[in-house]
Amino acid sequence: MEEPFMIGRLVYLKDVVTLHLDAEKCVGCGFCTVVCPHGVFVRENGKTRLADRDACMECGACARNCPSNAISVQSGVGCAQAVLNTMIGRSGDGCCSLDSGCC
Amino acid sequence: MDQPFVVGGMETPVGPVPRVSSVLTARDHWGAFKVRWGYGRMRYRVDPGLYALGNPGSNDPVLVTANYKLSFDALRASLPGRDAWILVVDTKGINVWCAAGKGSFGTDEVVFRIQACRLKEIVSHGTVVLPQLSAPGVAARHVKVRTGFRALFGPVDARDLPAYLDAGYKASEAMRRKRFPLRERVALIPVELVHSLKWAALVAAAFFVVGGMLTKGPFWAAAWQAALSPLTALLGGIAAGAVLTPVLLPWLPGRAFTTKGLFAGGIFAMALWPFLDPQVLRPVEAGSWISGLLSVSAFLAMNFTGASTYTSLSGVRREMRWAVPLEIALLAGFVGLWLWARWVSA
Repeated sequence: MEEPFMIGRLVYLKDVVTLHLDAEKCVGCGFCTVVCPHGVFVRENGKTRLADRDACMECGACARNCPSNAISVQSGVGCAQAVLNTMIGRSGDGCCSLDSGCC
Repeated sequence: MDQPFVVGGMETPVGPVPRVSSVLTARDHWGAFKVRWGYGRMRYRVDPGLYALGNPGSNDPVLVTANYKLSFDALRASLPGRDAWILVVDTKGINVWCAAGKGSFGTDEVVFRIQACRLKEIVSHGTVVLPQLSAPGVAARHVKVRTGFRALFGPVDARDLPAYLDAGYKASEAMRRKRFPLRERVALIPVELVHSLKWAALVAAAFFVVGGMLTKGPFWAAAWQAALSPLTALLGGIAAGAVLTPVLLPWLPGRAFTTKGLFAGGIFAMALWPFLDPQVLRPVEAGSWISGLLSVSAFLAMNFTGASTYTSLSGVRREMRWAVPLEIALLAGFVGLWLWARWVSA
């Protein structure tokens, strides 16, 4: 549901992120619930599930710290300036090398 | 590097370690102010290595941070009256989250710095606290395997560290969330303004010169008359996209930043309308003015995705698929209708 007047909770586009959790491989350690800055994961009854997939920003913290390789995500920085720089062939650090307060 | 924030030295089993205070000086605040306005951001660094905050001993916590001075200052300022070791890793002067995303705040660098500073000989507890936002770059379990140090992820915000430490290295749910409150959004406005005004000055100069040449009469008067509409469109677009959009972000309709920027631009255009010079309000000229304001506002809002704390790369790519063509069309309307207006009056 679209919530244009939500306060305090900012969510980006729906059904777009590349995050996947393989329930077979998950050992339920819950480390992803610790590192995720957006509360995407919830641990229940010794297993972890995706509770809020659309809140994912593909930072990759969960996959990096998953001990059983149960999480896959094409991580990257959600920065239009960086995408434009790549498109016009300007290499580099994307927006962070410019003076935007980003990432 | 000359580091005026070092207030002395401290003897340790591995030699002297620079000591710092949790009180930021006027000089630190002035430095923060300058980088907020985009001045010298890439040179605002701290030497990597170990620092003593207060008078730490072998049982005091080790807190890891980036060598961007704004990160380092936020960390020490959040711990008044406490003793701790601060381990600064080399992120090339980039903040924690950015550096973790790019890998410079990564497992290898943390392992290297723990070993290079001989941390084992300084503390007895075998634990380091990493900022949670370094997790995209650091695999805590690999740090443990390679150094013997247990690596814990502390809270997202340094200001929650006292509560985290007092709770015995435990963070609440709230401390684990990265939000994007008004205070943080407003802090980003100056740098967005500086950056966009630089570009706007070049574009305005082009309108000025071309306008002067295309309009009858003495050059300066003609140039000024022709450039008035695009100049106000540019400034209005910047105010809407780089100021109004960050401030009103949660309340502007739509999820895509471009949509938010178009709404902010629309609000701004309607607010300015009654005060516009009658010359700008002629039909063709007005079309150019509105297109210009909306294109600038939409583009700057789209670029604010990079400064925000919750946009994904996949999402930004999807947004750009429709947003970039729309912005180009609006830009074409801006320039095209303006040229047409010159043509009609010539």
